Amino acid sequence: MSEAALGVIDAKRTAVASQWQLVWWAFRRHRLAMIGLVMTVAFYIVAIIPGFFAINDPSQQNPRAAYQPPAALHLIDTSGDGWSIDPYIHASVLKRDPETLEMIYTTDPKRKVELHFLGQGYEYSVLGLFRSRLHLLSSSNPREPVFLLGADRLGRCVFSRIMQGAQISLSVGLVGVFLSLTIGLLLGGISGYYGGCTDFAIQRVIEFVLALPSIPIWLALSAALPQNWPAALNYFMITVILSLTGWAQLARVVRGRFLSLRTEEFVMAARLDGASESRIIFRHMLPSFASHIIASITLAIPAMILAETSLSFLGLGLQPPTISWGVLLREAQNIRSIATAPWLFAPGIAVVLAVIGLNFLGDGLRDAADPYNR
Amino acid sequence: MNTMPLPPASSRPVLEVRDLVTHFPTRAGVVKAVDGVSFTVHAGKTLCIVGESGSGKSVTARSILQIVDEPGHIVSGAMILHWPDGRSTDIAQLRNRSRAIRDIRGRDIAMIFQEPMSSLSPVHTVGDQITEVLRLHLKLSKAAARARCIELLGQVEIPNPDKAIDRYTFEFSGGMRQRVMIAMSLACNPMLLIADEPTTALDVTTQAEILALIRKLQDQHGMAVMFITHDMGVVAEIADEVVVMYHGRVVETGSVDTIFHNATHDYTRRLIGSVLKLEQKAEIRLARAPLDDAAPPVLEVHNLTMQFGAGKNPFKALDNVSLIVKPGETLGIVGESGSGKTTLGRCLMGVYRPSGGQILYRRADGTTMDVLQADKPSLKAYQRDIRMVFQDPVGSLNPRMTVAQIIGEPLYVNNIAKGRALDDRVAELLERVGLNPDWRERYPHAFSGGQRQRIGIARAVALSPRVIVADEATSALDVSLRAQMLDLMMELQDRLGLSYVFISHDIGVIRYMCDRVAVMYRGRIVETGAAGQVCDAPTHAYTQALLSAIPRPDPRARRMHERFRYVA
Repeated sequence: MSEAALGVIDAKRTAVASQWQLVWWAFRRHRLAMIGLVMTVAFYIVAIIPGFFAINDPSQQNPRAAYQPPAALHLIDTSGDGWSIDPYIHASVLKRDPETLEMIYTTDPKRKVELHFLGQGYEYSVLGLFRSRLHLLSSSNPREPVFLLGADRLGRCVFSRIMQGAQISLSVGLVGVFLSLTIGLLLGGISGYYGGCTDFAIQRVIEFVLALPSIPIWLALSAALPQNWPAALNYFMITVILSLTGWAQLARVVRGRFLSLRTEEFVMAARLDGASESRIIFRHMLPSFASHIIASITLAIPAMILAETSLSFLGLGLQPPTISWGVLLREAQNIRSIATAPWLFAPGIAVVLAVIGLNFLGDGLRDAADPYNR
Repeated sequence: MNTMPLPPASSRPVLEVRDLVTHFPTRAGVVKAVDGVSFTVHAGKTLCIVGESGSGKSVTARSILQIVDEPGHIVSGAMILHWPDGRSTDIAQLRNRSRAIRDIRGRDIAMIFQEPMSSLSPVHTVGDQITEVLRLHLKLSKAAARARCIELLGQVEIPNPDKAIDRYTFEFSGGMRQRVMIAMSLACNPMLLIADEPTTALDVTTQAEILALIRKLQDQHGMAVMFITHDMGVVAEIADEVVVMYHGRVVETGSVDTIFHNATHDYTRRLIGSVLKLEQKAEIRLARAPLDDAAPPVLEVHNLTMQFGAGKNPFKALDNVSLIVKPGETLGIVGESGSGKTTLGRCLMGVYRPSGGQILYRRADGTTMDVLQADKPSLKAYQRDIRMVFQDPVGSLNPRMTVAQIIGEPLYVNNIAKGRALDDRVAELLERVGLNPDWRERYPHAFSGGQRQRIGIARAVALSPRVIVADEATSALDVSLRAQMLDLMMELQDRLGLSYVFISHDIGVIRYMCDRVAVMYRGRIVETGAAGQVCDAPTHAYTQALLSAIPRPDPRARRMHERFRYVA
C-alpha cells in the first residue's frame, strides 16, 4: 500500500524523497494531528515569551482587586458614530457590602478602558536575554488593570499568570522527557542491541522501576527536597524526579525497536559490508526508529506536564512564588473558590488544552512514523 | 446430509462473471484493480486464473464473495450464480452485508486462502471451527455436526480424524492446516471452491499432495474450482480452462492446451516463454567452455555441523555437511523449507558460528585460511571476498538510504573509495547491473522488485568478491523477471570470475543456472552431482520424490499422479 501512503505527490518527487519528507507528507494529511501541531506550537510560543502575551505583571498584587471576576471584552466599539474595531472593557467599581463586608464588583458602563495592540506595559525579560515592554495587549490606563480571566485571592491577574505558568509547566515536560530519553535511549539501546545477560539485567531493572508506585515516590522524593533551595534548583530537581520513572517506558520502546531491527536483512547486509558496530547503530539502525522515538517523546511530554501539575497541586512540587499551572491550581483547592471564583480553574483548562494538543500531535506522528508501511 | 456425489455435468455453468470492474480509490487516483473481467466457471471443471503480482487476480476472487478490502468496491458488472435447480442470482447486486450474501459465502461458494498459518484461529480447536460452519449454515445438531466434521477430516486425509478434531491448529504443519481449511470449505458441499494461491506457501511435495487432494474431492463432489495462481506448472497440472490476467484485464481465455501450445496473445506467449526458459539450461551456460576441473576449490566445507538450542535434544540444522566450491562455478543448493540451506549459507558468510567442522577458504594468492578459526581482521577480509545477495528485495535495502549510499556503503566503510571516486564507482556499478546511473539519488521505494534485486547484486559485487552466496535471490520475483536476473548474474560471473553458491527451492532456477547441485534434506546433503544429472536422473530416493512433485509447465505431460513419495 505504499502508493496510498505516499499519496498525492507525484512519482518524481517521491523517488528522491527522504524519510523525513515522506513522514511530513503523511503527517500533513492527518487533520487532527495538524490541529495538534498548531496548538502545540502556539503553546510553546507562549512558553518562550510569556511576558509578551501577559497583560499585567503576574506577580503584582492588588488588594483592591481580590477575586475580581473576569472582565467582558468588547471587540467592537459602537458608542461613537458607526462602529470600529477597538477592544475595550468597562471599568469595574469596587463596593463593599456594609453588613458582610463582602467585596462586590460592578461595571461602570460609562467608563471604558481601551486595550491597545502591541502597546507598552510592565517590563519583562525575554529568556533572560533582553528586556522589553512590548505586549500583545495592554491597558491604555495603567491605573485601571484589565483582568480578562479575573483575579485571584491577592488580586493578581489570572490570565497573565497562566501565560507565565506555561513557561515552567511546558518546559518541565521537555526537560524531563529529555532526561528520560537520554537514560532510556542508552539503557534500551544497550539492552536491545546486545541482548543476552545484559538485556536480562536491564529488563529486570526496568520492571522494578515500572513497578514503583510513581505518585508516592514522587511525593516522598520531593518532600525530601530542602525548602530553602533556590527556585531554579528546585525546578531542576523536580524534573529529575519526574524523569526517574519516565525513562523506563522509553527504554522499552527503544529496546523493542532494536530487537526488531537487529533481525532485519539490511542490518545484516551492513554487517557483511564491514560496517563497524557504531556505524551500524548510528547510520543504519537509528534513522529507522528516530521517527518512532519522536512520536513516543511527544506522547510522553503530556504525562510529564500532568505529573508536574499534580505534584505542585499537592503542594510538593514547585513552590510559590514560582508560577506553574500546578501552583496556580492550588488556589482552587477549596470549596470557597469554586463558589466565589470559578475562574481560578482556568489554569486547568490550559493544562487540558496543552495535553490534548500534544496527544493529537503525538498520535499523528506515530501514524506517520513509518512511511514505508511494510 | 451425507456425501451427494453429483455426476459432473460438464457444460452446466456455475458462475458467470461479466464485465466485472473493481476500483480502489486512493488519493493518488483510482486504481483499476479489476477492469472489465469476464469468464465462466463450469461445474466439475477447474478454472485457473493466472497472472503476475498486481494483475488483479486475487481482487477478482475477493470481488466474487464481496470481501474486497476497503476502500475497494465493485463498480459495475454482473456475477451470476446458477443453482442446480435452475435458479440464479446476480451476486453483484447483493449488498455486502446482506443475509443473502452471507448465505452464499461458505455454503454455496467457499474460499481457501494462501496463508494456512493465519487463516485459521489459533485459540479454537479444529473441530470448533468446522462445526461452526455446519451449525451455522446447515443447522445441524451438535452431535451430527461433530460426526460430519470427523468424516470431512477423513476425506481430506488427515490421519486419525477422531483425535485430530480436538486439536489446535498450531499442532499441525502448514500442509495439514491447508487440509483443515479445505475440510472447512467443503463442509457445506459448495458448488464453487475458490482457491487463492493455496499452495504458494507450501513446499513442492506438500503442494503436490494438496493439488491431488483438491482434484480427488472435485471428482467426488462435482464442484467447480476456481484456482488462482502465478505458477504456470500448477496451471498445466490441474486446469481445464485458463484465464490470463494482466493489469486488471483478461488478455486471453482458453483451454489449458491452447494456452500452453497455441497462445495468441503476446503477453501469454511471453509468460509461457519465460517459464519454459527455466526448464532447460541457460544458453550462455551451454555455450561456455568447460570449467577447469583441476583448479583447486575456493571453498572447502568439511563435516559442518550446526546445532540450535542446548539441552538433551538440540536441533541439528546442519548435520555433517561437506562440499566444495570451485572457481568460476555455480553450486546450487536445493531443498525444502527447514532443510538447513539458509543456515548453510549463513555459516559460509561467517554470520553463524557452526558447532563443528571446517570451512577452508583459498585466497587469491593461493594461501588457505580456516574461516572458523579466523581472528577478527582476517574474518573481515574474508567477508570482503565472499558476499551475499538476499532473498527479500524489500527488507535487504535500507529504505532510509539512497541507492548511492546503499551501494557505496561497502566501499566507504572499507576505505576503498570516498567522495568523488565513490560516486563514480557507484555509477559504474549501477550501469553494470543494468540500471540508469542517474537514479542513484533515489530511494529504494522508487524501484520495482526486480530493480531492487539488481541494486542488491550491485552492492554484492562492489567489493570485487570471489564468491557470492545468493539465498533464494529470485524467489520473490515474478517469473518473467527471474530468467533476466539469472542471466545478469551469469554475465557478471563470466566477467568477474565469480563463484556462486546459489540457494533455492526452485529446481527450474537451479537447472537453468547451476553447474553442480547439492540436494539437502533435514540438515544433510543427500546427493551431489552435475546439475544435468541431478535434475534429470537423480539417484537418491529423496531427490526423485522432490523432482517428481514439481509440476511441469506442459498440460500434455501431467505427472502428479505418478509421483514418488519419500518416507525417511
